[in-house]
Amino acid sequence: MKFSLSWLKQYLETDAGIEDVAATLNRIGIEVEGIEDPAEKLAGFCVAKVLTAAKHPDADKLQVLSVDTGEGDPLQVVCGAPNARAGMLGVLGLPGASVPANGMVLKKSAIRGVESNGMMCSVRELELGDAHEGIIELPEDAPVGMAFADYHGADPVIDVSITPNRPDCMGVYGIARDLAAAGLGTLKPIEADDVAGTFPCPVEIRIEDAEGCPAFHGRVIKGVTNGPSPQWLQDCLKAAGQRPISALVDATNFVMLAYGRPAHAYDLAKLSGAVTARRAKDGEKVTALNEKEYTLDASMTVIADEAGVHDIAGIMGGEHSGCEEATTDVLLEIAYFDPQRIALTGRALNLTSDARARFERGIDPAFLDTGLNLLTALIQSLCGGEASEVVRVGAAPATPRIVHFDPALTGDLGGVVIGPEQQQAILESLGFSVVAEQAGHDKAWAVTVPGWRPDVDGAPDIVEEVVRIFGLDNIESVALPRADGVALPTATPAQKLERRVRRAAAARGLNEAVTWSFLPEAEAEAFAGEAKLWVLANPISEDLKAMRPSLLPGLISAAKRNLDRGSSSLRLFELGRRYLRGKGGASDERLTLGVILAGDKTPRGWASGKAVAFDAYDAKAEAMALLAEAGAPVEKLQVMGEAGPQFHPGQSATLRLGPKNVLARFGMLHPAIAKQFDIAGSVALVEIFLDAIPGKKGAASFTRTSYTPPALQSVTRDFAFLVPAELPAADLVRVVQGADKANIVAARLFDDFRGQGVPEGQKSLALEVTLQPLEKSYKEADLKAISEKVTQAAAKLGATLRG
Amino acid sequence: MDYAATGQDALSRIEGAGDLDTLEALRVEFLGKQGSISGLLKTLGKMTPDERKEEGPKIHALRESVTGAIAARKDALESAALEARLAAETIDLSLPAPETPRGSVHPISQVMDELAEVFADLGFAVATGPEIEDDWHNFTALNMPETHPARAMHDTFYFPDRDEKGREMLLRTHTSPVQIRSMIEKGAPIRIIAPGRVYRSDSDATHTPMFHQVEGLVIDKGIHLGHLKWTLETFLKAYFERDDIVLRLRPSYFPFTEPSVEVDVGYSQENGRRVVGGSGDAPGHAWMEVLGSGMVNRRVIEAAGLDPDEWQGFAFGTGVDRLAMLKYGMDDLRAFFDGDVRWLSHYGFSAMDVPTLSGGVGTPA
Repeated sequence: MKFSLSWLKQYLETDAGIEDVAATLNRIGIEVEGIEDPAEKLAGFCVAKVLTAAKHPDADKLQVLSVDTGEGDPLQVVCGAPNARAGMLGVLGLPGASVPANGMVLKKSAIRGVESNGMMCSVRELELGDAHEGIIELPEDAPVGMAFADYHGADPVIDVSITPNRPDCMGVYGIARDLAAAGLGTLKPIEADDVAGTFPCPVEIRIEDAEGCPAFHGRVIKGVTNGPSPQWLQDCLKAAGQRPISALVDATNFVMLAYGRPAHAYDLAKLSGAVTARRAKDGEKVTALNEKEYTLDASMTVIADEAGVHDIAGIMGGEHSGCEEATTDVLLEIAYFDPQRIALTGRALNLTSDARARFERGIDPAFLDTGLNLLTALIQSLCGGEASEVVRVGAAPATPRIVHFDPALTGDLGGVVIGPEQQQAILESLGFSVVAEQAGHDKAWAVTVPGWRPDVDGAPDIVEEVVRIFGLDNIESVALPRADGVALPTATPAQKLERRVRRAAAARGLNEAVTWSFLPEAEAEAFAGEAKLWVLANPISEDLKAMRPSLLPGLISAAKRNLDRGSSSLRLFELGRRYLRGKGGASDERLTLGVILAGDKTPRGWASGKAVAFDAYDAKAEAMALLAEAGAPVEKLQVMGEAGPQFHPGQSATLRLGPKNVLARFGMLHPAIAKQFDIAGSVALVEIFLDAIPGKKGAASFTRTSYTPPALQSVTRDFAFLVPAELPAADLVRVVQGADKANIVAARLFDDFRGQGVPEGQKSLALEVTLQPLEKSYKEADLKAISEKVTQAAAKLGATLRG
Repeated sequence: MDYAATGQDALSRIEGAGDLDTLEALRVEFLGKQGSISGLLKTLGKMTPDERKEEGPKIHALRESVTGAIAARKDALESAALEARLAAETIDLSLPAPETPRGSVHPISQVMDELAEVFADLGFAVATGPEIEDDWHNFTALNMPETHPARAMHDTFYFPDRDEKGREMLLRTHTSPVQIRSMIEKGAPIRIIAPGRVYRSDSDATHTPMFHQVEGLVIDKGIHLGHLKWTLETFLKAYFERDDIVLRLRPSYFPFTEPSVEVDVGYSQENGRRVVGGSGDAPGHAWMEVLGSGMVNRRVIEAAGLDPDEWQGFAFGTGVDRLAMLKYGMDDLRAFFDGDVRWLSHYGFSAMDVPTLSGGVGTPA
């Protein structure tokens, strides 16, 4: 909300300047968003007198002036204005000043060979109006040399942000009241004498919807002359950022902006029959003052006559019955509308207005008569006319709210001790009244809340009022009580897991990305599987519409952007949630790690030759390493299929703990999905479902299982087996490893060969088996026995020792 | 007999041996079984004791000098050969070594870890909650009933779905619903921070539809605004690792706190960047808003199932992305969510930069 300093001073007796006002507003909770001080724009412009004016020797339309600036020798100024003449007073911009209208910085210059030391300015150049036929002419008594800003009385404008709890401050008077309470001056009382009507109100006013419109006061003013409003009123409205329209409309706007009290003026000639506050009929239409047509429903309160709707109650008037230049008789409406209904109607119609903003926050129900008096008096002073008697239908909720308050709470909650007398004084300066409920001053108080403060309904609100005026900066810091001893660890196992995996991934050379939680629907759909997506009803764009069911699509898009920018090798990961459907219509958000490896694994090199692209084994390496860091029992994981249709069917797998619990999937991106995402080159992916990793059982202990390295040296033996080509190598490794658990500590596959010497449909797998003697060294017979066991175990998979 | 000539001749031939093979041939010639000096040694047996006394030392001396000379020559030839081999093995070490990719931790994650560290010392645990929320947790329980004007100011993303209680599903607009969930789940007293993603349907140069907040909540007995002020001062001093942090508290309004306080911090402009520290009223300084906070509204405490006559406390919230930008100097929020690997490498952190209190939570540039 914006208002000028002079407008504020209509209600606040104070000597304070703009800086003081702004600082105080900030201090008491009315945040200043900006100050527009025309004086700043007018810096460098002063009142000057033209002593002589002579024709420019080299230009027909220019004159050479000698100008008195009040100090020193007169300045020579070249001027093109036809009204420039000796003896006149005007406004001179000195070198260094910046012309408000165009930002041009004035400097000493030569115009057609004649030196000019500044510029005599027009109204338009100083942004004081539109006139530009000539330079400004000031009255003869204007003091030569005075800063023009001071002479002109530049009126600074303050822009404040009003929090939704303070409808009273949506009027300048309310702001003045707060400033007065903060000690910045004295609040002037509202002068609103009753304006007696001279004839009965000729319009019948009815309330049919008492819930939506509990009170409707109205009166007619006949014989008004509408037209432009006077300059002072236009200045006020312009300061507030409003366009002056006509005296009648401006008057209602002024009462709203000055006192936070919306009102409406109907052109009586356009009304027919009784005026009724009622519910709209479903499908009823009205064209509002913003020239848009709205379709109403039965939940909305309207003001209507016999012909139809003239006002979306408390939100916006209708175009049809609005006041015009030719209006001679008006019906004034001052009503109290139910804040909730206004909010719901406004939301349903997606219609915001200054009136709605005030009504839905709650206007002072006790301000109907005063508001109508102010409006009547203002209209009569601007437009003349004769006022009818006032019709009052219904009653606004007038029960005074009383809050029980113990002033000790200010210390308990606000953390600052303020004497009861001072607290009482603060509250009374804000319009609250304080009565001790028991004998003795500082016990329980009954605090009556003024009607303009609908936000105050409990003791903490009273504390806030007291503390805010007292000054929050006067509160001393007090250390939070600290538990004895060393601070205890606070992270949950899930948080520790997340941190550990994140740093492990970064340590492995992956760059952490943070991508949007929402995706284009088609991209989310491609990774959704059978899950039903969460799709926004009101997305900001189609690209940010469906919550991601997987971390991979976001990473693929990020990789594509990088590749498009010229990256040749990408290792990105993201740790975040995938969004699934949970129980009872809630969401189920699971911690997930996504990895993308795109482009070259190693660039071409002097030692390594050609660039090497990422493949599915690189993805597997990341999956295994990060699962291990995440605490998954990697030695027990099984490599199985069904990574999903997003993956290359022959180059992808899942890692499972048991047949059902999928901990991760990895592999190469399916070419069809690559095409959908428009990403080229080899793309390897990993997705680890961190939520699926079983937690550690039992209480955590620092003690490791006991271990002493064996004294005897381990022995290795190599085995080469012929196996069916389709046998997963891991199956062979597993049975070999398990063939003699007492002796075999490791089995490592080091060769996978097919081709010459290996029968069709078979492959040769070679393993290095590590044997660890414990008590005594192996004898030949021991080794032979172990070898037998290995061969027998392998034979169960159809493996035969290669000769 | 005089062996000097023999010795001279042998030594000079040994000295002249150009390679190990020649030297070996000489060793055989002089010292082998049939060797000339070995032959001389054999003559000792046939000599009289007097002759032997006379000739023995001479022959032995001869043998020793030749043995020594051969060994010396062998050493010399071997080291020359080694030197030659090493010289041949010289490689260009200015060639690049195999490259190891450098990973990085995103600034948001790093700052969240820093916050967890700072607040752990103050006894705050880290709490989480769902991002797809229902309107009761996001609004109603936080004292924002359906028609509350503040709801409209939240630019909420809605889903067409409702949960089984008929509550509208939406993307949380702040981390405050975690307050409610934590109080319901854990009761009081409680001290938590809740960092996480939040969403507003707002997008321009300084706003993204997704961003990160951190929420703090203390519910206990006898907690007041003074504690809030101290906590925020302590937090900002620890986070920015500066003692000259000055706060300005301004009354404000949030439906879920009463009284409500907006917190500004003083800063100055250095090289076009905001540097936190000093009073905003000092010359060359100004204030910027960094936190929203207040004493938790009684209705919120009630909604979370606690007795507001017994428990009271404060809550605060701030933007994690902004804290990161202020501390580490990024100036474009949109870049946070782009995944540009150049940006990630530049502004990201090493895996080793684990924030600790003993080492200072921040990572110097």
